[in-house]
Formats: sequence, C-alpha cells, structure tokens
Amino acid sequence: MQELLSQYETVKETQVKVWFKVGLESDFPENSGACIKYKTKQIAVYNFKRKAKWYACQNLCPHKMEMVLSLGMIGDKDGIPKVACPLHKKNFSLEDGSNLNGDDLKIATYPVKIENGIVYIGFTDKN
Amino acid sequence: MKKILVVGNGMVGFKFCEKFVEHQDNKGFKIMVFGEEPRPAYDRVHLSAFFEDQDAKALEMAPREWYEEHNIELITDERITAIHRSSKKITTTKDLHYKYDYLVLATGSAPFVPNIPGIEKRGVFVYRTIEDLEAILAFAKDLRSEQKGEIKAAVLGGGLLGLEAAKAVLDMGFEPHVVEFASKLMPRQLDTRASKVLQEKIESLGIHVHLSKATNRIMGEDAITGMEFGEYDKIDVDMLVVSAGIRPRDELARTCSLEMGTRGGIIVNNKMQTKDPEIYAIGEVALYNNMIYGLVAPGYDMAEVAINQILGNREIVMKDDIDMSTKLKLIGVDVASYGEPFMPVEKGYSIIYENKTKNLYKRINVSHDGKTLLGGILVGDASDYNMFHQIYLNGLPIPEDAEELILGSRGEGGSSFGSVADIPDAAQVCSCESVTKGDICCSITDGGCTNLGDVISKTKATTGCGGCKPMVVDLINETLKSLGKEVKETLCEHFSFNRQELYDLIKINKVKDYDEAINLFGEGDGCEVCKPALASIFATITMETPNRQVGIQDTNDRFLANIQRNGTYSVVPRIAGGEITPDKLIVIGEVAKKYDLYTKITGGQRIDLFGAQLNQLPLIWKELIDAGFESGHAYGKSLRTVKSCVGSTWCRYGMHESVTFAIDIENRYKGLRSPHKLKGGVSGCIRECAEARGKDFGLIAVEGGWNLYVCGNGGATPKHAQLLAEQLDEATVIKYLDRFLMYYIRTAGPLVRTAPWLEKLDGGIDYLKKIVIEDTLGIAEELELEMQGLVNKYECEWKQAIEDPNMSKRFKHFVNVDDTDDNLVFVPMRDQKMPKAWS
Ligand code: SRM
Ligand SMILES: Cc1cc2nc3c(=O)[nH]c(=O)nc-3n(C[C@H](O)[C@H](O)[C@H](O)COP(=O)(O)OP(=O)(O)OC[C@H]3O[C@@H](n4cnc5c(N)ncnc54)[C@H](O)[C@@H]3O)c2cc1C
Ligand code: SF4
Ligand code: FES
Repeated sequence: MQELLSQYETVKETQVKVWFKVGLESDFPENSGACIKYKTKQIAVYNFKRKAKWYACQNLCPHKMEMVLSLGMIGDKDGIPKVACPLHKKNFSLEDGSNLNGDDLKIATYPVKIENGIVYIGFTDKN
Repeated sequence: MKKILVVGNGMVGFKFCEKFVEHQDNKGFKIMVFGEEPRPAYDRVHLSAFFEDQDAKALEMAPREWYEEHNIELITDERITAIHRSSKKITTTKDLHYKYDYLVLATGSAPFVPNIPGIEKRGVFVYRTIEDLEAILAFAKDLRSEQKGEIKAAVLGGGLLGLEAAKAVLDMGFEPHVVEFASKLMPRQLDTRASKVLQEKIESLGIHVHLSKATNRIMGEDAITGMEFGEYDKIDVDMLVVSAGIRPRDELARTCSLEMGTRGGIIVNNKMQTKDPEIYAIGEVALYNNMIYGLVAPGYDMAEVAINQILGNREIVMKDDIDMSTKLKLIGVDVASYGEPFMPVEKGYSIIYENKTKNLYKRINVSHDGKTLLGGILVGDASDYNMFHQIYLNGLPIPEDAEELILGSRGEGGSSFGSVADIPDAAQVCSCESVTKGDICCSITDGGCTNLGDVISKTKATTGCGGCKPMVVDLINETLKSLGKEVKETLCEHFSFNRQELYDLIKINKVKDYDEAINLFGEGDGCEVCKPALASIFATITMETPNRQVGIQDTNDRFLANIQRNGTYSVVPRIAGGEITPDKLIVIGEVAKKYDLYTKITGGQRIDLFGAQLNQLPLIWKELIDAGFESGHAYGKSLRTVKSCVGSTWCRYGMHESVTFAIDIENRYKGLRSPHKLKGGVSGCIRECAEARGKDFGLIAVEGGWNLYVCGNGGATPKHAQLLAEQLDEATVIKYLDRFLMYYIRTAGPLVRTAPWLEKLDGGIDYLKKIVIEDTLGIAEELELEMQGLVNKYECEWKQAIEDPNMSKRFKHFVNVDDTDDNLVFVPMRDQKMPKAWS
C-alpha cells in the first residue's frame, strides 16, 4: 500500500522533465474530472472551466488507498479550488494537494499545460 | 527568566503549555517539556480512532512546530528518572540534568495490570498508548494470517475503557468477550438495572459478557489460549486486552520523598502544590481530595489552577467537588451519568423509567423537597443529558412533578424543561474546555462571531469530547435570534439561501443550469454540497435526468450506479413491488455470471449486482434494458422501492391486492428526484408484512379501502409513519400522495427525509393533513398538476445513457488508454467475490 502511495510526489512546473500528452481538451469533461495513466501512475485531471484552469493530482485517495479522486466533485472552499473524494468526502486543495479538512493526509499535484487544444501533464520521471 | 519544567507530555501536560502561552502575564518564564513517549502529546480520549486509520498525526494535540513557535522546548523519547529537590534539578534517562524554578508533574497514569499467573504471555495487551494499539494490530494481523476459524478476544474489565476496547475488538472482526470482576458492567457509573439494560443491548450486538469472574490464570504455552476463572470455568481466547483500571505514575515522587496516597498518587492541595511548594502535580498523577480523577476535564482545570498559582494569581484554586459526569456512546449505545448517580435514601428519592423492549433506562435523583436534581443515569438515549447536566450543575428549578423530567420528554409533548435561554451565564456548557454559556453568547454579542465555526475557533467549545455540541448550536441560534439576526439556514458557503428559496428562485426565474444559478444567486465555484442539491432541484422542476448536467451530479448519479468501497459500482435494476418473472430472474443471473458480479437480494426486495467496473456499466445495462429492465435509481436521492407483501392474490388474510397497488405506485413515481431518498410500502392487511409504516409513505389495506401513513423511515433513527387518512380508495390515495410528495419536495432541506421534515414542520401532522386533505393553502391542484407533469416526463436515464454517442467517454477509467484499473483486487467469498479489505 505504502508503495502505491510513494509513487506520487508533487511536481512543480519548474521541475518538469517530461510533458506527457494525455489527450485533447475535448476528451475531458468540463468542471469535473477524468483519469489518465502514465506508466504505473493514475493521475486525475480536472478541467476547472469556471476558473478557466486545469489541475492534475494523484487519482489515489490517501484515506483508503482507492483510485477514486478523478470521480470526485470539484469546487472551491474559501476560494481554494478543491476536489472532494467520492468515498468519504475528504477535501483536497487542487493548488497544493493539502487537506482542507485539517487532516494530515495530502495528495501530490502535477502541472498541466494546454497547447493547441492538447493536454499535457508534467512529470520529473524520477520514479 | 524563570524556568518551568513540565514532566510528561500527555493531554494535561500539553494543556498546561497551551493555557500558559495564552496567559497574558507569562513573560519572564521559559517552559521545557519532557515526554517519555516518542511523539508529541496526542488525544488519548479518541485513541480508538487509531484503529480505523492508523493515523497518529490526526490525533496530535499540536504539531512539533507549535512548540517551537511558542518558544517551548519539547524533548520527547526521554524519561525523567529522578528529582533532586535540594539542588532543584531533574535527571533524565540520558543522564542529563536540568535546573528548574518550578516543576510540574503531569506524568499521568499507567494501566493497572493485576498480578495473574501467566499475564506476561504473548497476546496480552494494555490499552493506553499508540504503541499499545500498534502492538495489538500487529498481533491481530498475525492471528488472522494463521486463520484458525473464529478468533476470540477478551477484555479484562467491564468499565468505560474496557467496553471501548471491546468495541475495538469487535470492529477487528473478532468475537469479543468482556470479563468483569464486579457483578455488573460499568460499576462506577451505573446502578444494577441500568447496567443490565446496557448489558442486554451490547450482548445483542454480539459481545459476550462474563460478570463476577475473578481470573485465576492465563492459559497457554507461550501465547495466551484462554482464561481460567475456576476449575471448570474457563474461556478460550486468542488475545486479551487488560483494562482493569489505572495506577498513577507517581514513581518520581518516591525519588524525592513527596507525600503520596496509600494507593498511589501524589498528594496535592487545592493549589495543585505537592508538599514542596515549588513542585506541582496535575492530571491523573495528582491525588486531590483523596481521589484520582480519570478524566481529562478535571486535569485541564488542574492545569489552569497550577498556571495561575505560578503566575501569582493565588486566589484561583481547585473547586472542592469535581464534576465526574460523563456521557458517551459505547458501541453505539448512549450511556450517561451525572451528579450523584446512585443515591442513598436519606438524601432524596429516585424516579426510574425502564423500557426493556427499547433498551431504555432513565433515572433521576431528586432531593426530598422535590426541588433539586441531584444526579441520574441515562442508558439507551442520552439526548436529554446536556439539559439534565446543566440543571444539576446550576441548581436550576425542576418541574413541580419531577417525573415530567423523564416522562414528559417522551413522545409528542416535547421536553418539559425550558429552553437554553434559562441557563445562567456562568453555567459551564463545555466542560472539557471550561467554556461557559456566557463565553459562547459573548463571542457572538461582543466577539463578532456569527456562526458555529466562528464560535468554535474563538472559544474552543466542542473540541474536547464534542458532547456539548447540540447545546452550543442551540445557544448560538438563540443568541443570534435575540440580536434580531435571522438564523439563516443556508445551503453552503456558495449560496446564502436555503433549499426551498433556491427551488423558488430557480423555478420563477426559469434558470436553466447550475452555472447560471451560481452566477445569479451564489458566489465562488460551488462544492459537493450545493452541486447535488441544485441538481436535485433542477430534476424536480423539469424531471431532467442526471445525463443533462453531468458535472454537478454526485459521483453515484454521474455514473448512474452506486460507487463501492473499492471504486467499482453496483447495478440495481428496478423490480417494482418486488415482483419478477422467472425469465427476468434468469437474465439477471446470466448477466451477473457473464460479468462476474457478486449478487445479493437487497433489503428493498430487489437484486443488486456488485463489482462492475466503469467501462462495464453500459454493457451490462444494455443487456438488461434489452431484456426489459429499467434503472432502479438505487444511486439517486429519488424513489427507491415500494415494498409489497403478497396480499389478497395469494395470502389467506389479504384484504386487497397489495402487489398490484405497490407496482402501480412504484411505476408512477419511479425516477422522481427528491431532497432525500423516498421509499414506500403496501401491506395487504394490518399484519403489515411490507413494513409500510417504516417507509416515507405506506399503505395498509383495511375494511373499505386503504389507510395512508406518511413520514416513516428505518435507518439510524427509525420512525413509524403517522396516519394521514383512512379508508381511501385508490384514486384518492394517489391524489393525496401526489400532494404530499410534491409539498415535501418543494419545502424540505437538502438530505432531509420525510420524518425529520415533518418534525420541523410547524403544526406537525395536523398541519400536513390540512394541506393535503383540506387544501387550506389552496395549492392542492397545483401540486397534483406539477406531479402529473413530472410523471409524464419520466424517461429511463440508463436507456438515455446507452443511446448517447458520447456516453462511452464518461464510462472509461482512463482517458488516454483503454486499460482498466489494475489496482482492483478481489478476494473469493462463499463462491462469489468481494473487494479486498481496507488495511
Ligand atoms: C443494498 C442495500 C443493502 C442490502 O444489501 O440490502 C443498501 C445499501 C446502501 N444503503 Fe441502505 N441499503 C438497502 C436498503 C436499506 C433499507 C431497507 C429498505 O429499503 O427497506 C433501509 C432502511 C429503510 C429506510 O431507508 O428508511 C436503508 C437505510 C439506509 C440509510 C439510512 C436512511 C435514514 O434515513 O436513516 C442510509 C444512509 C443514507 O441514506 O444517508 C443508507 C445508505 C445506503 C448506501 C447507499 C450507503 C452508501 O452511500 O454507499 C448503501 C449502498 C448501496 C449500493 O448499492 O451500493 N441506507 N437501506 C439495500 C438496497 C435496497 C434497494 O433495493 O435499493
Ligand atoms: C482509550 C482511552 C479512552 C479515554 N476516554 C476518555 C473519555 O472519553 N473522557 C475522558 O475524560 N477521559 C478519557 N480517558 C482518560 C484520559 O485520556 C486521561 O484522563 C488523560 O489522558 C490524562 O492526562 P494526563 O496528561 O494526566 O496523562 P497522560 O495523557 O497519560 O500523559 C502522561 C504522559 O507523561 C509521560 N510520562 C510519565 N512519566 C514520565 C517521566 N518520568 N518522564 C517523562 N514522561 C513521563 C507518559 O508517557 C505520558 O505520555 C481515556 C483514556 C484512554 C486510554
Ligand atoms: S447498513 Fe447500509 S450503509 Fe451500512 S453497511 Fe449495510 S449497506 Fe452499507
Ligand atoms: S477514500 Fe477518499 S475520503 Fe475515504
């Protein structure tokens, strides 16, 4: 289990080594999430239309280690964009992955880039 | 700079630091804290939560950085071994020495482990620290992997902590046994009858209780295999948790000859000083008034007193009598005792109410003149505890006929005591954090707080055991009202309207989608509360299915299936009234077999197929729809099932055709979205085999027609539905149902079922009768028309979904590849499969 989790580490835009193409903009639902696969990782991608922004984070909910975050509802808490896990509604910030219910659980986030209608996620490819 | 050394970084040692840094005259002092445990202080009261998530961080009272930020030096993993009073120094296990001006001993207590032969065997544990729990979990895991059938675990001690440990054991999937020396459970808090009620209730939950048992020997070679009480009296167990009381950790007092009690504990005066005025003792190590108080609240008060004494506020001392009232939920059973739970006859008299069928016990002890409440016990339902506790603490007046206190609060009449407004300002509402009613009200009147969240962050009320929360909420609402502020129910931070207001706004303004609604009437980007609530409103205005605004649907509605533990889904086709043909049964069987789905008959008289992956859902539904099935809406806040009994078609007692009527009703309202789920039932006679009175609406066949009941439910707070009208013909039933359901849908809050909705409806069932039957609001026709409109627009949303060319996108696990989720692990179970358990 811990192994599964340890694959996911936040990637900052400045650290990106690989921009991985995950699909067309139109492949992703508006104002909600979908999941992509990169090597062994599952990444949730959100087209946050209302903020005109895209976000990506691990699909794995650290609470019960289930691959579900892409299925959660997105929105904001005090202006911070967030996703609510569909299983027990823990809230995670899409900006920095922190837990907005005050728990210690955190998720890794990844940078998203849109070029000519194509969606890319940034990885460092360390692991 | 004076130096305060705190020995022990437990709950009370931490509270000392926290209160100290908040104190205004704390300049000129430096605090150093020593803790023997490897981590900073954590919430021992909620220790059992660790079993659920193994999340030690979540229990922390404050992170390490907190100590740094407040200039407190925290040294963990280091025990103090001696105190040298003459040189005012202490020594640690690493043989380091530290000098103090004031020494505060907060070393707490350790579990008492009786000296039973064999108690040292493997598999015997105590229950106090995170490490204890880790050891229990590790051992449990080994036991499970050895898998020798049903695993049995005993708890030695049937007190508060013992029962909590028993619950933990039960949750681990073991067979729990509680072994108690006394002749009853919770001997310190409960009288014999109360104890019996509790015992019967927990036995019904599968916990075995062994009373009046003295354990002679722990059996087993290397690891425990059983407990022996007498020659022929033994039980086999694979594990034992000892929870037989506590012993103060007063060993340091011995190293410097402080005064101690005969059964342990460091003796303190009402200033929390030991014999040495520069050494204080607080928390579970302190023997005050010849007592060790095994609760946090008195420990926190002691910390407050010690701080004030050190800072020179000499007049602040410990109260003489310490309130030991407690309310808890043990294994799902409310248990509370306050004041004097058992009372000698010379002091007053007791009134006792006991209802064995409901596992309820209430006792109040009243002074001879009938004017004062001296204490009492509640088992089974402790909802009145806060009020009783306040009456007891503040000596508030009680009804002339004291029995009204417990009898009046049954059933209709509501409670017989006044409102929270009657409690004096000095009354302590949150005893864990010592927050008074005045503190709470002032935080609103003068402190700028406007809601529960504000009040909690300002006063810390409710952050301890949380038991006072209902009362705090009442106080906040009352205070806001008294300020002329509207106590507004709002949906969430994005909409400052309640559901009914939004329903009207959306309908009148013909708002077409969620984005338009939030732009017009809300702010921000929405959340998992307002999105589904608005989705439900849209659906009940236009009968739109979740396929139109997919992004605002709760995950279940988005995928038209119930998400399960492991992220797979379940499939529930509608089987109206529970009636199904053999051919359709065969189709379900074939589909389940083809997709390898776990199959179960549900509590709602239909069949649930579990374990489908996202991409399989449309395939499965295609086959089901081709065979004539429709969505069962098991995932939606919508009509679920109308349960039937076989009725007059087959049953020798049946008065009318209940199956036919149930099917008609289910088909009429299928797909109808509502604030919460809706369930119905139709029984063919008063024997009530369809449990119609346990449903949101229920019909029972009687001579001359149907009796219509409304607003019942099962679930966590079961309520019987109430009679709305009698001896109706079928057309009238439908008419009344249309009116009732539509009125509920329009006016209820989000996720409020019919029973709690009715409870809040001013005028209750009588008012509802006026609206539905007499049409006093003049809206009956409108309600009927509206319902008929919705009924006419019904479409099976699964049929829509599989016909939608874009549908395949929604039901794919990955956008960029066709793979399925390889993280899923199923394990076999009784010839079928189930998801691997959460670790
Ligand atoms: C499958 C089923 C259990 C079973 O194996 O039999 C079930 C399963 C769930 N029930 Fe239930 N309930 C099921 C019959 C019931 C019944 C019995 C009945 O309908 O006669 C009740 C008591 C009657 C009642 O509702 O008043 C019942 C009272 C609840 C409650 C408590 C509702 C309440 O008002 O207190 C919840 C929690 C909630 O809805 O908030 C709940 C919630 C749930 C959820 C949705 C929990 C969740 O969010 O995952 C479960 C998931 C269902 C799924 O398919 O994934 N379930 N649940 C039953 C499906 C019936 C069906 O055919 O649709
Ligand atoms: C499972 C459980 C459930 C509970 N539920 C409730 C409840 O519902 N309500 C309630 O009011 N109370 C409850 N309690 C009791 C409550 O936890 C205690 O009253 C409270 O923790 C006492 O605080 P304390 O700081 O005095 O002792 P502790 O929290 O035990 O802290 C003492 C600390 O001092 C350390 N220490 C001891 N000696 C030394 C030394 N020589 N040098 C350095 N460090 C030392 C210990 O390792 C320990 O960390 C519960 C307890 C348990 C175990
Ligand atoms: S009672 Fe209902 S909600 Fe609870 S576990 Fe069973 S199915 Fe799930
Ligand atoms: S699994 Fe995500 S909140 Fe529980």
